[in-house]
Amino acid sequence: MKWWEEIRRGLWSENPTFRIMIGMCPTLAVTTAAINGVAMGLSTLFVLIGSSTMISALRRIIPEKVRIPCYIVVIATFVTVVDLVMAAFFSDLHRVLGLYIPLIVVNCIIMGRAEAYASRMPVPNAFLDAVGMGLGFTWALTLLGGIREFFGFGSLFGVKLTGSAFTPWVVALLPPGGFLTMGVVLGTINALTARRAAAAGSCCSAVSAKGSERG
Amino acid sequence: MKELLLLIAGSILVNNFVLSRFLGICPFLGVSQRLDTALSMGAATTFVLTMAGAATWAVQSYLLVPWGLGFLQTLAFIIIIAALVQLVEMIILKTNPVLYRALGIFLPLITTNCAVLGLAILAAGKGYNLVETSVFGFGVGLGFTLALVMMAGIRSNLEYADIPAPLRGAPIALITAGLLSLAFTGFSGLISM
Repeated sequence: MKWWEEIRRGLWSENPTFRIMIGMCPTLAVTTAAINGVAMGLSTLFVLIGSSTMISALRRIIPEKVRIPCYIVVIATFVTVVDLVMAAFFSDLHRVLGLYIPLIVVNCIIMGRAEAYASRMPVPNAFLDAVGMGLGFTWALTLLGGIREFFGFGSLFGVKLTGSAFTPWVVALLPPGGFLTMGVVLGTINALTARRAAAAGSCCSAVSAKGSERG
Repeated sequence: MKELLLLIAGSILVNNFVLSRFLGICPFLGVSQRLDTALSMGAATTFVLTMAGAATWAVQSYLLVPWGLGFLQTLAFIIIIAALVQLVEMIILKTNPVLYRALGIFLPLITTNCAVLGLAILAAGKGYNLVETSVFGFGVGLGFTLALVMMAGIRSNLEYADIPAPLRGAPIALITAGLLSLAFTGFSGLISM
């Protein structure tokens, strides 16, 4: 398998947020602005790369029976690193993301990749998989954050896009907005995928019909 | 006593962990298809939340704070929670095998329920004492159970509804959760904490 394939899986076909639907708590909680989505995504990306690489490197040493506690210790270590680095250098973002940074420990994406992939694969594959999954999570969070920021503030990445006539939809920033935006985006993706599958299906059936005619 | 009752009511209605803080969404969406499993899951989680509140409080105030080990908080809390869930699992297996079978796979999954770790970190940040932390955990558990049971009730009715194909499954569950959450914003300001 080419290296690009390892990364691409996380970006679309097995996207953790829109396809597998794991790691929902930070996805819905912090995406009140696009920049928060980017920050949360990159923090998770870092933890994911660190823990996946480390767990893959240690996969022959960690005993099967106590693997879950071992994974938790590795993951919690990297989360603590992110927490302290953010508190030191990006204190504004750290205040906004607050509780959800230590909660990366229990983000199912990280444990899921450790259990399903990193514990079986060599280090380079685990690393690339972590990059793909982390970037997939980041773009999903940025998209949701962008949508909610646009409707809630009328801006994108802090840049005002709408005129004074626009009344912000405050509900987009409230908790219900998180659920509703995610539901609508997921529904849209399902509809697009179904349409693409239908288009592919009709072209294939046309081909096969032609084939049967010929036959 | 009054403060404790307000704390319970507040964490059920005003600061419901699932519907206004987005903690515990995975089991909320995953285990809310049937009413009876939702109730069992809620009860098990409430139990772990209450115990975890007390256990993490003890570690925070007797170990982390006196020794200046605050930076190990995340690591220490998650290990305690994992150990506690394991312990609860073993105790239930020994004392009540029927309940153990009913809860089955949900028990170990409580470790990765972010409501538990979130509760521990929040309570430590607010400086609650032992009783307050345990009561807070109990209240959060009741709020979680309420959200889960309401969701399960709505979803069992949704099965007979004519939903547009792309919205079936997860999207309609999320939109339902959004409407539930919208209803719960009506409680905001009821109790100021």
